[in-house]
Amino acid sequence: MSKATDSDVREDGIIESVSGPVVTATDLDARMNDVVYVGHEGLMGEVIEIEGNLTTIQVYEETSGVSPGEPVESTGAPLSVDLGPGMLDSIYDGVQRPLDVLEEKMGSAFLDRGVDAPGIDLEQTWEFTPEVEEGDEVSNGSIVGTVPETESIDHKVMVPPDTLGEDETAEVVSIESGAFTVEETVAELDTGDEIQMRQEWPVREARPTVNKQTPTEPLTSGQRILDGLFPLAKGGTAAIPGPFGSGKTVAQQSLAKFADADIVVYIGCGERGNEMTEVIDDFPDLPDPQTGNPLMARTCLIANTSNMPVAARESCVYTGITIAEYYRDMGYDVALMADSTSRWAEAMREISSRLEEMPGEEGYPAYLAARLSEFYERAGYFENINGTEGSVSAIGAVSPPGGDFSEPVTQNTLRIVKTFWALDADLAERRHFPAINWDESYSLYRDQLDPWFKENVADDWPDQRQWAIDVLDEEGELQEIVQLVGKDALPEDQQLTLEVARFLKEAWLQQNALHDVDQYCPPEKTYHILGAIKTFNDEAFDALEAGVPVDEITDIDALPRLNRIGTTPDDEAEEFVEELEEEITEQLRALY
Amino acid sequence: MKEYQTITEISGPLVFAEVDEPVGYDEIVEIETADGEVRRGQVLDTSSGTVAIQTFEGTGGIDRESSVRFLGETMKMPVTEDLLGRVLDGSGNPIDDGPDIVPDERRDIVGAAINPYSREYPEEFIQTGVSAIDGMNTLVRGQKLPIFSGSGLPHNDLALQIARQATVPEEEGDEDSEFAVIFGAMGITAEEANEFMDDFERTGALERSVVFMNLADDPAVERTVTPRLALTTAEYLAFDKGYHVLVILTDMTNYCEALREIGAAREEVPGRRGYPGYMYTDLAQLYERAGRIKGQEGSVTQIPILTMPSDDITHPIPDLTGYITEGQILVDRDLNSQGLQPPINVLPSLSRLMDDGIGEGLTRGDHGGVSDQIYAAYAEGEDLRDLVNIVGREALSERDNKFLDFADRFEEEFVEQGYDTNRDIDETLDIGWDLLSMLPKEELNRVDEEYIEEYYVEEESAEVPADD
Ligand SMILES: Nc1ncnc2c1ncn2[C@@H]1O[C@H](COP(=O)(O)OP(=O)(O)O)[C@@H](O)[C@H]1O
Ligand SMILES: [Mg+2]
Repeated sequence: MSKATDSDVREDGIIESVSGPVVTATDLDARMNDVVYVGHEGLMGEVIEIEGNLTTIQVYEETSGVSPGEPVESTGAPLSVDLGPGMLDSIYDGVQRPLDVLEEKMGSAFLDRGVDAPGIDLEQTWEFTPEVEEGDEVSNGSIVGTVPETESIDHKVMVPPDTLGEDETAEVVSIESGAFTVEETVAELDTGDEIQMRQEWPVREARPTVNKQTPTEPLTSGQRILDGLFPLAKGGTAAIPGPFGSGKTVAQQSLAKFADADIVVYIGCGERGNEMTEVIDDFPDLPDPQTGNPLMARTCLIANTSNMPVAARESCVYTGITIAEYYRDMGYDVALMADSTSRWAEAMREISSRLEEMPGEEGYPAYLAARLSEFYERAGYFENINGTEGSVSAIGAVSPPGGDFSEPVTQNTLRIVKTFWALDADLAERRHFPAINWDESYSLYRDQLDPWFKENVADDWPDQRQWAIDVLDEEGELQEIVQLVGKDALPEDQQLTLEVARFLKEAWLQQNALHDVDQYCPPEKTYHILGAIKTFNDEAFDALEAGVPVDEITDIDALPRLNRIGTTPDDEAEEFVEELEEEITEQLRALY
Repeated sequence: MKEYQTITEISGPLVFAEVDEPVGYDEIVEIETADGEVRRGQVLDTSSGTVAIQTFEGTGGIDRESSVRFLGETMKMPVTEDLLGRVLDGSGNPIDDGPDIVPDERRDIVGAAINPYSREYPEEFIQTGVSAIDGMNTLVRGQKLPIFSGSGLPHNDLALQIARQATVPEEEGDEDSEFAVIFGAMGITAEEANEFMDDFERTGALERSVVFMNLADDPAVERTVTPRLALTTAEYLAFDKGYHVLVILTDMTNYCEALREIGAAREEVPGRRGYPGYMYTDLAQLYERAGRIKGQEGSVTQIPILTMPSDDITHPIPDLTGYITEGQILVDRDLNSQGLQPPINVLPSLSRLMDDGIGEGLTRGDHGGVSDQIYAAYAEGEDLRDLVNIVGREALSERDNKFLDFADRFEEEFVEQGYDTNRDIDETLDIGWDLLSMLPKEELNRVDEEYIEEYYVEEESAEVPADD
């Protein structure tokens, strides 16, 4: 968070009351959403209500010991993030204070109060290479140069979107390559505007774009059930609801590791501290499957854990999505994960109840639905104002109380998002992971992404998928009968269908996120595994027709190896599958 | 320090008073009744004219004539290594007739959040000697792993067994000196309290323990303070003095009831089933105080115990807890009626930190696979039990019958062990292999083939497969 470096400090107010994270002040000269500093310790807060002379503030730090009568100082600037090189490979709290810098400044592992730090390092220099020349015309958003931010990402230095008038252009009068800090001017325009690498943007406002387009490319995830059955698009939205322990966080982390995005913004919103530590520990050593560079080189982490102040939990999703939009403006595909959006909604509820607002459903404020849709609307595949195209994909975990999806956060989220990955406590209990329920889940992007899969993976991708869906559907119906009469009472062909479905579930839908190889499955491998099961299916039904009993069919030696394809290294998988298919065919044909 | 006689309203555990000088949020208050009794409380709301005070020991006996003093500081816990071996009440006052406690320091009981960047990821295996935990839901140092139980179930026996048996295998030598137990009781009966105290005394554990006792007949509101005192002490011992601290908090359900009572007295808009909307945040501020810190010796491991009202895991207390803690151990009423000791149901149990705490060099290379495989097989057997009730065993295939037998033997041999048996991890995993060897090798698709080779127990009478 920027300490509103260039804004004028206005008239002080006086604290009138303190109740948890909500403080009221009198005589404060501030606008809605302005950042203020509260009390003698200067705790950071934001104006959330103004009524006559009384201003209500949500405070981003603990308020123990703060008294009425202490001063409140307004910065005159809305809650903003610092944007510029250095955000990747960083870890922030909910108001973009770098947690490593806080540790150093506080000299302790415990978070103290009243300590601020800029979101990006103001001293570090970056090697700037101009992309335009003196005399070139630029407008808002124009890329004037680049700096190598990490080994994966070139950071584009852009004219801030609010520099010039909407259709105004300006001429570059000076620009130079060299090493600069983020606050030094790298280019000057004939309007007198000076361009620095650092810009600020208010978090509650979407950055401007030209228009939103229909997404046609998948955000492949390396997760078989997602890519195979419920794909997400670049620029798409998805929700992962599920009770505790069903696999929301593991799914989000898998996406953060393996999704083919250029940039990942990962928001730990009101969840566990150790889960963030795990990401901080693992990501620097894990390779991005696309580039081979460390994952951290494309990742920005925001950690506002459950025990950190609740108001900063409310703001952390905005901090995250604003950073995501900024990289989108450079033409990148950004994937944003928020774990969990329910904690954000609860933070809204907590603040709202302190404000004594009229509660809506289950105590959530009436504006819950509006806030959720505003957030997901900021995702999309966009034409940017500088002519590039970029996307923000937003994936939100939802934590419904008691695992009951009929509650307001799940329901309001489902009305907005286009991909629904429903996690299931039953599947999780039997350690069927990912515990994504294939009956309840859906992706509305499936049809529009098919051309991509046909062209890039296999022509019959949609047909294979449909076959799998049909088998799983049939299995669902058969299981109901089995529950009544037992498997042996079914006719042989139906017993065989159950066996095929078992392999679909064990070898294809299940994927062990904790296994070095299995955790990531490229789309080609997803296709091959399905193909192998289909081969077994076709050969087995031929054998059955030729009079071979089911027991003999399922007893062939080669069959259990279907379950080993997932853990076979990617470069050996195709050959493994080929051999396996041959053996299955051979062994089955030998039976008749 | 200013004294007021300005109480305007008393409502449940809350007292409202007028003030003419500013009072800090969360500050400690002393209220002195007409007959000289002093009660403590905390500022819940403060504005220029009035404050709302939550009393810890109840408002009985307080009237408008009572005087109110604001101490100008938030609640503190006096900490020192000398607390080891001491028994305190729920507000932190000694009740064991021991010497006065001379604090090293007085620490704010709310406790600042650990910077996620400063945490060290927990991955040191704690051997509890309980197979259902070590084998299937491994506990690690710095984890928060609650026991979800029901009223009348033997969760205390299990907690005591863990406290007695817990060791970190590699370092057994210097274990004793650096291991400490903090026991925080909230609203438990005197009988339960005695059970714990007797065990602590019998095993000599008391010497390395600090006990905080808020019993069923102690003030309910005090329960909101007790775990914070306990955790402040735990953090001090762990991160200042290098101890590995195990914190047992029981019963979190009583703690949550106290929160609900305060919420109701404040006429707050209630959340689910009448519990405050901020209960998640409040609980997180307790549970997240478990952990390890980079560059620090000690650790805080938490085993909170809660009784699920009506055995309902979707009730807000277990639900919100499960959303915060790193797993849960389920004590099950049916298994208890079957006589299993401990009656742990592994299917809904989980240890989220298991993966990094087990495997080659930590426990054993086959551990992960064995546990996954047992889960899958037991779940399948469990499912079949329903079916068997309808169609009978004869209607099931040979494969199905094997899974049914597996489920039975798993409960009888793996879960069942008694509260005095201490199994090391090898023993636990070997029992696991005994059971898995009931199933055909090909069914073991979750274990790496090399481990099947190494550990699968071939049936002795089985014929050598003809190589044709
Ligand atoms: N794909 C997976 N592969 C293996 N284990 C998984 C997978 N997904 C979830 N798990 C297991 O389930 C546990 C809970 O998952 P998590 O994502 O933390 O749940 P949630 O966030 O929904 O509470 C994990 O600790 C892990 O043991
Ligand atoms: Mg989670």
